[in-house]
Amino acid sequence: MEDRMSIIVFSGTVDKLMAASILATGGAAMGLEVELFLTTWGLEAFRKDHYKTNTKVSSDFEEYGQVMMEQMTAKKVPSWMENLRDAKEVGDVKIYACSMTMELFDMRLSDLEPIVDEVTGVATFVERAKEGRFTLFI
Amino acid sequence: MPDLKEIMIDKEIDARGSFCPGPLMELIRGMKALPVGGVLAVLSSDPGSAKDIPAWVQKAKHDYLGTFPEQGYTRFVARKTH
Repeated sequence: MEDRMSIIVFSGTVDKLMAASILATGGAAMGLEVELFLTTWGLEAFRKDHYKTNTKVSSDFEEYGQVMMEQMTAKKVPSWMENLRDAKEVGDVKIYACSMTMELFDMRLSDLEPIVDEVTGVATFVERAKEGRFTLFI
Repeated sequence: MPDLKEIMIDKEIDARGSFCPGPLMELIRGMKALPVGGVLAVLSSDPGSAKDIPAWVQKAKHDYLGTFPEQGYTRFVARKTH
């Protein structure tokens, strides 16, 4: 078993991306390898410059969305993208894009934020996650 | 825990107002930049720091010198050992 934390990032809403990015940062800070597998809306959120205008929140708490975004601006909370950059700076963090979603949405690696390392298939991710300590689906 | 007055602090980072895990990230960056043997203090108002910062210092095998509560924030002090 390896000291690795794997996160499947399925959601593309700011609240869940924030949770994923903070967990990734914590893992990186505590010396775990961190691997993110971006799929479906989670991958859509990594389209170049997309994060700058993304204000979507989970539909179950949609009515809180605007207030949450305003609070985050007022309290100068770093964006989830900044958290991920910090995580990469302090630790071993790899970000993979799901090849199936790339096909589905007609994306190329060059369409994504440069923080994304490479395109990979689900089997490769699962194979690596299997050797890790735990896997989260967000 | 030693008295704060007896500790020679080489660098102090003010991370007050920064959110979890911001102060911890500031500490990690600060430790990287500090020479071995240097003492770093981080000021934090994030309640998560009370456990996160000592846990990281222990994990990274530096010396944790103490947690010193102030009015509305806390000063965390550690020495870089390697």
